[in-house]
Amino acid sequence: MNEPLPSFRIDGEECAFTPGQTVLQAALAAGRHIPHLCYHPEFRPHGSCKLCTVKVNGSHATSCTLPARAGLEVQSETAELNAERRMMVQLLFVEGNHFCPSCEKSGHCKLQAVAYDLGMTSPRFDHFFPDRPVDASHPELLLDFNRCILCELCVRASAEVDGKQVFALAGRGMGKHLVVNSQSGLLRDSDIAVTDKAAEVCPVGVILPKRVGFAVPVGQRRFDHRPISAQAGDFAPRTPGSRGS
Amino acid sequence: MVTQVDEGAVWPAQGDRPHAPAHPTNMPDNTADLEPRVRRIVTRWGHDPTALVQILREVQEEFDYLPAPALTLVARLLRIPYSRAKGVASFYSFLSDEPRGSYRVLFSDNITDRMAGSERLVDALCHRLWVEPGKVSEDGLVSVGHTSCTGMCDQGPAALVNGRAVPALTADRIEQIGDLILARTPMAEWPAELFAVTDHVRRSDILLGHSLQPGDAIRAALQRGTRGWSEHAANERSWREAYVGAAQGPIATLEEIKRSNLRGRGGAGFTTGIKWEACRHATGLARYVVCNADEGEPGTFKDRVLLTSHADLVFDGMTVAAYAIGASQGFLYLRGEYRYLLESLEATLERRRAANILGNGIAGQAGFDFDIRIHVGAGSYVCGEESALIESLEGKRGVPRNRPPYPVTNGYRQQPTIVNNVETLCAAALIAVHGGDWYRSLGTLKSSGTKILSVAGDVARPGLYEYPFGVTVRQVLDDCGATGTQAVQISGPSGVCIDATEFDRRIAFEDLSTAGAFTVFDASRDMFEVARNYAQFFAHESCGFCTPCRVGTSMLLAAMDKIHAGNGTQHELREMNRLNRVLLMSAHCGLGHTACNPILDTLKRFRPAYERKLRSLDFAPAFDLDGALDRARQMTGRDDAAAHLEPQP
Repeated sequence: MNEPLPSFRIDGEECAFTPGQTVLQAALAAGRHIPHLCYHPEFRPHGSCKLCTVKVNGSHATSCTLPARAGLEVQSETAELNAERRMMVQLLFVEGNHFCPSCEKSGHCKLQAVAYDLGMTSPRFDHFFPDRPVDASHPELLLDFNRCILCELCVRASAEVDGKQVFALAGRGMGKHLVVNSQSGLLRDSDIAVTDKAAEVCPVGVILPKRVGFAVPVGQRRFDHRPISAQAGDFAPRTPGSRGS
Repeated sequence: MVTQVDEGAVWPAQGDRPHAPAHPTNMPDNTADLEPRVRRIVTRWGHDPTALVQILREVQEEFDYLPAPALTLVARLLRIPYSRAKGVASFYSFLSDEPRGSYRVLFSDNITDRMAGSERLVDALCHRLWVEPGKVSEDGLVSVGHTSCTGMCDQGPAALVNGRAVPALTADRIEQIGDLILARTPMAEWPAELFAVTDHVRRSDILLGHSLQPGDAIRAALQRGTRGWSEHAANERSWREAYVGAAQGPIATLEEIKRSNLRGRGGAGFTTGIKWEACRHATGLARYVVCNADEGEPGTFKDRVLLTSHADLVFDGMTVAAYAIGASQGFLYLRGEYRYLLESLEATLERRRAANILGNGIAGQAGFDFDIRIHVGAGSYVCGEESALIESLEGKRGVPRNRPPYPVTNGYRQQPTIVNNVETLCAAALIAVHGGDWYRSLGTLKSSGTKILSVAGDVARPGLYEYPFGVTVRQVLDDCGATGTQAVQISGPSGVCIDATEFDRRIAFEDLSTAGAFTVFDASRDMFEVARNYAQFFAHESCGFCTPCRVGTSMLLAAMDKIHAGNGTQHELREMNRLNRVLLMSAHCGLGHTACNPILDTLKRFRPAYERKLRSLDFAPAFDLDGALDRARQMTGRDDAAAHLEPQP
């Protein structure tokens, strides 16, 4: 007979985990939602957006990188934590230039979905309005840096799945930004292909295929009717290649 | 890379420029023979991609900046993506991929520099050279900007000129520097007294007053334990016995360090013996000793003095550590601001190799091989965090890693690594000689030994003061000649700010834990401006990895600037409290966790300093209509009443 899986408690309920999983991975696999943006089910957790911060045995921890251990007492769905998360989403909104009504990704965008789910009704802070020129040089792909939340998923996808290193990060602090690996800095001069994982993985609307805009009408999009918190199972860890989310 | 630009300054119209050439010339071009010069540097570093930071730093020294063709060539020779080279180059504030002039003046912008009048000196130099702060002069000759604390707080205001520290700036010295630059005098011909840095040791105890000779600590460590390796080699009966004997010396040394209860002097206060033991027991292909001399906390400068006048003790400490954990390679991570110490430190290492206290078979002990390489930083406070430091050592952006695993098991090149502060390693050398019990007899029950304080600010005698742990703040203030003291910032902006009611508190891990900075403010200082300076520091130094710190520190600064400009309200104070909570709760590393300390502490203790700047209403818009005309006023050179929407005070 198989040993029962070890488990920890999250918001008072038992959550079983496979050894090696982190708290977030185990929670998502169990269909339990913890807000997150830089985590992707096919990639090693990264821990930069900090939205998945939870309280573990009384102190705060990043659940996507925290190894699950039997007996942990995790709190996630609390008013306090969600208020802090809402604030972090607001920080992301004012850091970049996010104009949802004109964005092709609206309804498919994880930032927007998480913001709705956390009850964000206004950006709260003064906008930074950074100057981030669009790169439309590539014949098949558009890069709109205005919407970048610096989750590094495209960086990781290009390096780990595509084996290309098309994207990288430059600058630091508020000056941190995504760059393209080409002498000119233009996507046209990189070796990206429209079929690359990096071209598909963006959780917001930075990397978009050209000429397929609004193929799915607004109102029929992924997060239009079901909040992201009701789709936790779709973000359960899986191996690269098995597309779906 | 200059990051702080004084937008508010009004500059005379360009036509008035006294030294302006008739037509602006292009930047001076010194990129002839670029390819062989870059190749030479990359070859010297063995085409090693983990040396990327060092290579870029040397390329920049060669060309005054990082020309795009040089960056491309470096990437090609190291076989790394161009974007990675660019990503690393743009992370460190001393590296620039744009020309910044033949002379690059960066004023240290710690609060102590400002208190000593640095802002006036910046203005004076800019006027003399006819250049705006943060910009390069039209002829490409010079740029003037700001940088984080350069570790000269006891002899400020200070600046870096082409990376070289120039302390004790006065109006006269600024004029002299202006003349030298305008005359295009090569840096090598500048008068040496401009670069003279003083130790200012005001109170010595066991560390600053030690009388050890180079290698004493190593020889003492080797003699500890029942038998050394060499004795064993002579009469060993079996390999097994020889192995046990060989381990006794290191283990005996480790035991003394543990017995001493030495705790890390870099701020965190982790027990050194436990760190070393964990590293010794970790499995790996190699172990590494790293000395953290990335002394970036504003207000501290003790490591600079230790590396200037006690470098052998530092290296002895590293070698003792290597002996105890079984490492054969060490690194000294020297902050870029202390680049001027590199040649003398290399010479010390060379002397030690010649004296057989570094290299192979140290002190005649066969098999005891250890060498030290110096890695010079390039302007990043976060690299003082041990995992970010290791990333930088590996030639990457200095971003703190996710932990666990910790460096003691997965450090440099994923191998077991100890990272210790300069002062910790010095103390370890003393313990190797005098023993753990001796060391433990000093200080307090929970904080053994002594602590070096970097005292600066409103005091008569700034400099280094070494005390046994347990000394009161009041005692230190008396000794350094501080009068009318309003507040003391203990351990820099990431530490704690205390007021006069707390001066009987003690310097010790169990009370006021400190990495060494001790910055004194008298009653004339505006504690709001102190906190605002620190908020600028954190926003400038955030690595940008995590959301709360990347955006939050800039948001805090925006709120502080709004209050400074007279547009703040209670709303800003409430928002800052909320931001602070988010930073404390969820930031990735200590920088983010502590970034709110200066504001929280001063709000708690000096709230009136904030409130008298607030507008009485509950909310004021961030957009300042009159302020929006600033640029127009600057361009037209006008500042009269008709050029303003609102009457000027």
